[in-house]
Amino acid sequence: MSSDTHHSKISGLGGEVFEHTEVKASHCYQCGKCSAGCPLSEEMDYPPSVIMRMLQTGDPVLEDKVLRSFSIWVCLTCEMCFARCPMSIDIPKMMDFLREKSVNEKKANSKAKEIIAFHRSFLDSIKYTGRLYEIGLFVDYKARTLRILDDLALAPKMMKRGKLNIIPELIKDRSGVAAIFRKSNKKNKN
Amino acid sequence: MSKIGVFVCHCGENISATVDCAKVAETAGNYDGVTFSVDYKYMCSDPGQNLIKSAIRDKGLTGVVVASCSPRMHEPTFRKACAEAGLNPFMCEMANLREHCSWVHEKGEATTEKAIDLVRILVEKVKYNHSLNEIKVPVTKTALVIGGGIAGIQASLDIANTGHKVILIEKDPSIGGHMSQLSETFPTLDCSQCILTPRMVEVAQHPNITLYTYAELESLEGFIGNFKAKIRKKSKSLDEKLCTGCGLCTTKCPVKKIPSEFNEGLGKRTAIYVPFPQAVPNKPVIDRKNCTYYIKGKCKVCEIVCPTGAIRFDQEDEIVELEVGAIVIATGFTVKQPDFFPEYGYGKYADVITGLQFERLASASGPTLGEIRRPSDGKVPEKIVFLACAGSRDPAKGIPYCSKICCMYIAKHAMLYQHKVHGGKSYVFYMDIRAGGKQYEEFVRRAIEDDGVNYVRGRVSRIYEKNGKLIVNGVDTLLNAMPVEIEADMVVLATAGVANEGAEELAQKLHISYDPYKFFAEAHPKLKPVETNTAGIFLAGACQAPRDIPESVAMASGAAVKVAGLFSQDELTREPIIAVVNRQAPPVYSSCVGCFLCVSACPYQAIEKEEIKNRNGEVVKSIAKVNPGLCQGCGTCVAFCRTKSIDIQGYTHEQMYSEVMALLNEY
Amino acid sequence: MTLGFYPGCSLKGSSREYAESVLALAKAFDINLEEITDWNCCGATAAHNMNKELSLALPARILSLAEKQGLTEIVVPCAACYSRLTVTKHELAKDPALKAVVTVANDLEYTGSVNVLNIVQFLDKYIIPNLEGRVVKPFDHKVACYYGCLLVRPHEILNFDREEDPQSLDVLMLKAGATPIDWAFKTECCGAGLSVSRTSSVGRLSGRIVGDAKDRGAEAIIVACPMCHSNLDMRRDSINSYLGEKVDIPVLYITQAIGLAVGLDRKALGLQRHFVKVTV
Repeated sequence: MSSDTHHSKISGLGGEVFEHTEVKASHCYQCGKCSAGCPLSEEMDYPPSVIMRMLQTGDPVLEDKVLRSFSIWVCLTCEMCFARCPMSIDIPKMMDFLREKSVNEKKANSKAKEIIAFHRSFLDSIKYTGRLYEIGLFVDYKARTLRILDDLALAPKMMKRGKLNIIPELIKDRSGVAAIFRKSNKKNKN
Repeated sequence: MSKIGVFVCHCGENISATVDCAKVAETAGNYDGVTFSVDYKYMCSDPGQNLIKSAIRDKGLTGVVVASCSPRMHEPTFRKACAEAGLNPFMCEMANLREHCSWVHEKGEATTEKAIDLVRILVEKVKYNHSLNEIKVPVTKTALVIGGGIAGIQASLDIANTGHKVILIEKDPSIGGHMSQLSETFPTLDCSQCILTPRMVEVAQHPNITLYTYAELESLEGFIGNFKAKIRKKSKSLDEKLCTGCGLCTTKCPVKKIPSEFNEGLGKRTAIYVPFPQAVPNKPVIDRKNCTYYIKGKCKVCEIVCPTGAIRFDQEDEIVELEVGAIVIATGFTVKQPDFFPEYGYGKYADVITGLQFERLASASGPTLGEIRRPSDGKVPEKIVFLACAGSRDPAKGIPYCSKICCMYIAKHAMLYQHKVHGGKSYVFYMDIRAGGKQYEEFVRRAIEDDGVNYVRGRVSRIYEKNGKLIVNGVDTLLNAMPVEIEADMVVLATAGVANEGAEELAQKLHISYDPYKFFAEAHPKLKPVETNTAGIFLAGACQAPRDIPESVAMASGAAVKVAGLFSQDELTREPIIAVVNRQAPPVYSSCVGCFLCVSACPYQAIEKEEIKNRNGEVVKSIAKVNPGLCQGCGTCVAFCRTKSIDIQGYTHEQMYSEVMALLNEY
Repeated sequence: MTLGFYPGCSLKGSSREYAESVLALAKAFDINLEEITDWNCCGATAAHNMNKELSLALPARILSLAEKQGLTEIVVPCAACYSRLTVTKHELAKDPALKAVVTVANDLEYTGSVNVLNIVQFLDKYIIPNLEGRVVKPFDHKVACYYGCLLVRPHEILNFDREEDPQSLDVLMLKAGATPIDWAFKTECCGAGLSVSRTSSVGRLSGRIVGDAKDRGAEAIIVACPMCHSNLDMRRDSINSYLGEKVDIPVLYITQAIGLAVGLDRKALGLQRHFVKVTV
């Protein structure tokens, strides 16, 4: 592999990806091993190797499609692709970056609504209490997604087994945690 | 008194574009000791050379400085011109005004000043030059070929057919190499052994070739035309003169379960064995590590049944000393076992095999007599999957380079499978298809278009076993990375071609360079593919890089002609730029005190100890002596010598000092 | 003997039995697990999916608290929390500029000196050496050890076991008297955080896992992650729906299996809390 002492600046989204994650799209020779091993690949609009190709082209139309794709949200960050990639391309790290950017630029795929809603509900829950409050999470999630009937039967079953706390656990230094959220949200609009 | 001529070349515009050549010549003409100074457009041309020759003759020049390009370009040209004019060629020096000056600086006064400096220092050096004469060494017209695969066989035959003697050594019990393991060869689907064995027999019968099998290089000394090699003939536990090759011993040996190396572990062999039926020589060896007699002291059945009494349990290794003039290395390559790909299950699942193992299955003399059968249960696979690049082009787990031959042999394997298993389905998972040789592309198209091999572009993520089948999880990148899952009966991995184990040690014994992958290094990647940087040692075949049979054969013939060229002279001339230990009159004899630091410093083992005797024959002093045949003129000894008793001819202390002082002093 | 303990949110709620079994096992072997005071959520999947800085700052706070408490080693039974904490340590050690940005928000000192152990490393270091003679009820069953994703990947950062066909859980179960089987879905993802937002995917992914375990005769699936447990156990209906049949194989935490083997009480190990009845 060539050394990185000299390389021309990479333009577009591929360049941003490289700056933030050290992932160089040009390393991908499109073998497809990542897509072959990805458990969610059949549910994606663009399997991981295709996302890499779209970034390689530097075409703004394709770059936009990447940020608007469903793939990046249904990706579980299971790390299987990275473990098997012959070029050691850190696809999960790249996916995290694309996700954050997609939300900040309001390009998140509409099919990912529930997935993003869940993340937001989760983070909202811990922002105020410091620890996850499951009932709070469910309520918030249902409010965001209007999936009121989903898993309704589950709650009493969990409660019966002592798995659902009615009262949230509040940590003492809630302001410390809130400060962490505030600071990290300065750039983002999450 | 020196009468030096300075000749400044314009080199077309290469030098004159940035250097004022006329001014350089004019300034040099005013130096002490310079009696002739001129500039000209093309010094290396005929008129240019004539300019030098006439000046030497007419002005009686005692030294010449040609200020032009790098000595690597034209030093031989100008030195030859001087010799033709009657001036010792080593009185001619070159100032590099091109690579060292005009090409690396902008046009200007400073550049011209630098050119003037460069000329001045060489003028001062030449004042201390001495006439030197080339050294002549004899040539031993025998070649040593290391490695008995197709490349070694070809090289041996070619050299032997020019009338010179060849000694061919091979570390395995038989010659033939990997080519003897193949079933058919691409692109003609010739039976590999059918085209190879006649050559093997020719080698064995050729009057000019001495064949040692089960033998390796022990050590090497010497230099081009004059090598001294020690060969270790490993003990075969056999008197080869008595053995008739009847093979009775191999049928009676009770130890029958040793995995056969020739069959890549798919078949078994006995402890006393011949690797394959067409082996040359067709005589067995005893594998001492697995023989009951050597382990426990019992058995000896082979000795009992041998009709000629050829078994020799006490036989020891034999060291043979050879004098040879040239060496051809043809030690070939090996395949990297793919157990570093745990996701493919090689080593875990019996029916995941390597390409070379598939060759043995397909081969008529193999463990299944040419039928493709699963190692696990012996059934014929209905569905077979071939994986390309299982180790090559894989910086994460394997090697980054391409092994060149796999695309072709995968197509071949798939075609053979389709020919042998009618109704069988074959799949090839590939990234690219590399088919650059003659008729290669057409061959691969035949596999796809005529034989119905399914080529899927994409790699396989993993393989696992379920209910006796191998589940292959791959992808088709030409269909938007659609997942492709195949329930296969057998999987064949195209493994990477890598250097042999022991390649590094062999390279060190031979004093040749090798690359980070332990492949032997050619002298120039484009223009000197069969030479090494060590004079007299040549390369042939896959020991330099993975390659196919036609290229190996071509390279072998190329190496053979280099050897023949070397042997076409009775003597070799060597440049006299070598180290010399000074000698003085008795009672000093030499300023050398005999510390012999130079002996340990010399990378070429070129310095010996010399005993100085007085008239009565008593040893007065021990000093260092340089062997002019071995010395390469590197100068390491000169740097080490504490008494400045050793010097390089053509680059003496005086000469170097004068250059430095000329640079420091204003003129 | 005292060790730091980071339960994480799951162990306090939906995976309470995991915490119970860890604490019961530790107590039985005289190990005091000291919870990190005032610990916060590590951010799990949500944080790293939405906000890089947040995803590092939350675990950094946890590690700083542990340092402040004088803990040199902490055990983290949840594989996801273990992954986040280890990745955070790695990223902040690699990039001092990033470390400065992230830990400013914490207002606590961070040196990265705390050693983070996953449940297997904890068991290997502190329980197994003293297991001799304590296996009174060998776990005599065929088990499929399920590692999931985050215990073994990415190997360069976690440096634990191996990515393909790992063996650490299998070895533990052997010592507990079980027969671990060789099967094909040891490290294939169960569906992770999609449990709520895309349950059908979990049905498919976890279904493949349970299906293969069943086909190979497993009598129990052993896990080391509350997320995996939840998907394989709580979401059994979705799994059954995908497989087209009802599969009764129970899912046990490694600590529950070992707890049973050393004779601990079933209730103390929380086995009654499972959705799929634990019949082994």
